Amino acid sequence: MTTTLELSPAADSWMTVCEESRLTPGRGVAALLPDGRQAAVFRDRAGRTYAIDNRDPFTGAQVLSRGLVGSVDGRPFVASPLLKQRFDLETGRCLDDDEVAVAVYPLRSI
Amino acid sequence: MSADMTTASTPTIVLVGHGMVGQRFLEALADRGVTERARVVVLCEEPRPAYDRVQLTSYFSGKTPDDLSMVEAGFMEKHGIELYVGDAAESVDRAARTVTARSGQVFAYDTLVLATGSYPFVPPVPGKDARGCFVYRTIEDLLAIEEYAKTATTGAVVGGGLLGLEAAGALKGLGLETHVVEFAPRLMPVQVDEGGGTALLRTIERMGLSVHTGTGTQEVVTTDGAVTGMKLSDGSELATDMVVFSAGVRPRDQLARDCGLDVGERGGIAVDELCRTSDPAVFAIGECALASDGRVYGLVAPGYEMAQTVAAAIADEAGEGDGFTGADMSTKLKLLGVDVASFGDAHGTTEGCLDVVYSDSRSGVYKKLVIDGEGRLLGGVLVGDAEQYGLLRPLTGTVPPVSAEQLVLPAGAGAPVALGPSALPDDAVICSCHNVTKHAIGQCESLAEVKKCTKAGTGCGSCVKVIEKLLPAPTDKGLCRDFSYTRSELYEVARTLRITSFAALLDSHGRDEAKGGEGCEVCKPTVGSILASLNNGYILDGEQASLQDTNDHFLANLQRNGSYSVVPRIPGGEITPDGLIVIGEVARDFGLYTKITGGQRIDMFGARVEQLPAIWTRLVDAGFESGHAYGKSLRTVKSCVGQTWCRYGVQDSVKMAIQLELRYRGLRSPHKLKSAVSGCARECAEAQSKDFGIIATANGWNLYVGGNGGATPRHADLLAQDLSDAELVRLIDRFLMFYIRTADRLERTSTWLERLEGGLDHLKDVVVHDSLGLCDELESLMAAHVADYQDEWAQTLDDPDRLRRFVSFVNAPEAPDPSVRFMPERDQIKPDLTILTIGTLEGATSR
Ligand code: SRM
Ligand SMILES: Cc1cc2nc3c(=O)[nH]c(=O)nc-3n(C[C@H](O)[C@H](O)[C@H](O)COP(=O)(O)OP(=O)(O)OC[C@H]3O[C@@H](n4cnc5c(N)ncnc54)[C@H](O)[C@@H]3O)c2cc1C
Ligand code: SF4
Ligand code: FES
Repeated sequence: MTTTLELSPAADSWMTVCEESRLTPGRGVAALLPDGRQAAVFRDRAGRTYAIDNRDPFTGAQVLSRGLVGSVDGRPFVASPLLKQRFDLETGRCLDDDEVAVAVYPLRSI
Repeated sequence: MSADMTTASTPTIVLVGHGMVGQRFLEALADRGVTERARVVVLCEEPRPAYDRVQLTSYFSGKTPDDLSMVEAGFMEKHGIELYVGDAAESVDRAARTVTARSGQVFAYDTLVLATGSYPFVPPVPGKDARGCFVYRTIEDLLAIEEYAKTATTGAVVGGGLLGLEAAGALKGLGLETHVVEFAPRLMPVQVDEGGGTALLRTIERMGLSVHTGTGTQEVVTTDGAVTGMKLSDGSELATDMVVFSAGVRPRDQLARDCGLDVGERGGIAVDELCRTSDPAVFAIGECALASDGRVYGLVAPGYEMAQTVAAAIADEAGEGDGFTGADMSTKLKLLGVDVASFGDAHGTTEGCLDVVYSDSRSGVYKKLVIDGEGRLLGGVLVGDAEQYGLLRPLTGTVPPVSAEQLVLPAGAGAPVALGPSALPDDAVICSCHNVTKHAIGQCESLAEVKKCTKAGTGCGSCVKVIEKLLPAPTDKGLCRDFSYTRSELYEVARTLRITSFAALLDSHGRDEAKGGEGCEVCKPTVGSILASLNNGYILDGEQASLQDTNDHFLANLQRNGSYSVVPRIPGGEITPDGLIVIGEVARDFGLYTKITGGQRIDMFGARVEQLPAIWTRLVDAGFESGHAYGKSLRTVKSCVGQTWCRYGVQDSVKMAIQLELRYRGLRSPHKLKSAVSGCARECAEAQSKDFGIIATANGWNLYVGGNGGATPRHADLLAQDLSDAELVRLIDRFLMFYIRTADRLERTSTWLERLEGGLDHLKDVVVHDSLGLCDELESLMAAHVADYQDEWAQTLDDPDRLRRFVSFVNAPEAPDPSVRFMPERDQIKPDLTILTIGTLEGATSR
């Protein structure tokens, strides 16, 4: 049985990202949203999934999906592959700069 | 430049002699801003600017003359100092205030500073000028000794003092049967007492040197003008091919004598407490000066103090101490591997003093402390074990917190456990070379900072151990918040317990609070690299994929706009015209920007993730493979054109570079690895700036290790000489595997080697002499790597599953990333960064 992962780019709408099995635990993929935005989608060791915006606010590049996933005090984060700032996967908050955050997208598995 | 250039508004300071003290004087002038308002002229007789004479002997353990330089690059230019290298002052006209140089130039001075140092004293024995007779003072002396020793089998040193024993050690190191002839009844008569001399003698004889104490040299025996032996005062004759005179030094005061300055009865330019000679416009500092306390100091620290004193006097700084009134003659040395130290009143000449002695002739240890009636420590001698020197010297003049007998006993036999450097008073001088107190050191956080801010530890180095103990202990040497182990410890854990996954390692060996977690951006790639070093598997399968840094993840280098660069391997920098054409065509067809890298190959920039497989299909078809520009692994082995074409080449450097690059390609390591092979000593491939660099010799190859370019350049150290092809490869195998095994994360070989306890000698022991019995294993690990190597890009292209990851969007595999755009520049492309400045987020803030 395969599980499909869906993402909500805007209120009341859902779109297919991929089969959950495409996600390597601890690694991300990028998804193109209907309006041209991009999401970074991750899965952790325990199988939980997360989606944040793919744009690295520090450089403007669409690369957060290619960062390394880690956890600090039990909370998962991704480190930007460009200048290594970390973003909380649950809230989108930047752990290295209080004033910066990225958007978070709801996910569901069906 | 001539005398008339001086104007009244800019006074001229002329320094004669650019030795250790001269250079320190220039630094002190610059520190005080004097170089900004005065013209400074330096006459340097030697063919090179000031170098570290104290460390002279380290030339024989691989330090190059450049390593020994004491002048920071750009120093003279920065401070506008005129340095005349290879030109000496010939005469001084004090009435006209001019100095005439050997070159004929005449310099007018307002202030003249003499820092001419000393010359080695050669006893007036017949034959002393024969071929094969040397002194031991300059780099040129050492080069000459080294050259002559190539044809010699026996060498004799006249003089068993500090320098004589250093010279003897050097001759021994050059493979000569070595004799030491000392007139006094014991070795190092100035520094150590009889008991210490005996302990030293025994240890030195055990090393295979022949020592003749209480014996004078009567004649150097020659045949056809070359040394063949020596006649000694006891009537015996010694056969020897060369003689090194090290019978003390004499101040170089001739210049001063000739112009009528006062000199001491037994030499030395007489100066007062401000180091002023009998002419107030002339100063003398360093070994050429006869200080106001009637002594000529043959050590560098007092010279440095004089340099500071004069610079302060010239800068007209009042209250800078009381001038130079005398100095401590303490010394600590490692002579032929034996620790020898003496400090304070080592010979117990103070009236009414007493001594406490510990002597163990089995281990060659002798320790004596001199104390006065009230228990105050006055001085001492330590031979064979000078561990306590750094602590005892600063305690001199005080009543130590524990009894004197406890201070001389070896650890475990009643030595105080608690007496550490913390027991020292705040004003105790920890570094005597640079006169730095415990208090000043306490202001710093790390050894590097101490060296930078106070210079402590940068002279003879004997104080470093104590400094380290005074600094705050590094609180946690663990790799990151997830592991309390270091990289090398984790390597051993993974290797011995055969752990093959990050999760297993984290859950078994992570910090408690990190177990079961995700790890972090520090430990994941580190462990990924360890597992790759140990297993040699494809790095992007299974869990390993999640560990790799971004670059490894796509087997390409991420650029600032999210595009990638592609670097095919071009071993040794050798490429066929057809190969060049393929690269050109690929770049043209995919619209990539091309550039020749600093590593002798070609980088193609501006590829989108989904283009990488197509680009690599073309490259792999044409015979190219991954260049690992993205990996912490071997980058390039650069080469010069070598013997095949170059008129100077003595070996085929290109062939060797290709062989090495192919052997070590794909080897995952704590940091990137770079190498180069030069076809002769001209070094066109810059091998000495590489992690392992090879320079051809007439007899084979010299292997240098630990070099680095980049932010903190380091010249590589010579590991072994004249190796055959096979010996070279075997030694590099061992070196690399030992590095991979023991280095920290992101630690290049240069910093690793600097940190390695025992340094280069230890490395030689392990990889050349196999002192740890590791070499078989290191070699077989490398053999496994070589046998299992596969090109990562070919492996990727062969497997549709692996190719699936190379898409910009998981939900739109064909769609290119719209944010990756380019614009034209100089007939090629560059990233269009404006598009990146457009934020596309709602509800998110960014600066
Ligand atoms: C492409 C190239 C510059 C060029 O256009 O010439 C280059 C580019 C980069 N260098 Fe370099 N270095 C390049 C030759 C060098 C050299 C010269 C050499 O290899 O002879 C050096 C000095 C030699 C040395 O390493 O000792 C050099 C010293 C560095 C350093 C400093 C390393 C150090 O130990 O101080 C870094 C930073 C690091 O690795 O942490 C660095 C890091 C980088 C990175 C990886 C920075 C980054 O993270 O984006 C650059 C990305 C490469 C890319 O995207 O493809 N690069 N870099 C050169 C590629 C050579 C190759 O063919 O593989
Ligand atoms: C092998 C060795 C080991 C040593 N180990 C130690 C040690 O462990 N600890 C320690 O404290 N000391 C040690 N010393 C002594 C230390 O090197 C000297 O005390 C120090 O170099 C003195 O510095 P200086 O500038 O006075 O003289 P020097 O360094 O000798 O410099 C004087 C310079 O002046 C130049 N000169 C002379 N006349 C003229 C002229 N007319 N015109 C232009 N230039 C001129 C000379 O060529 C020379 O380069 C050691 C010395 C040697 C040789
Ligand atoms: S290093 Fe020597 S052999 Fe190589 S190119 Fe330079 S001069 Fe020629
Ligand atoms: S005592 Fe010589 S460097 Fe500090």
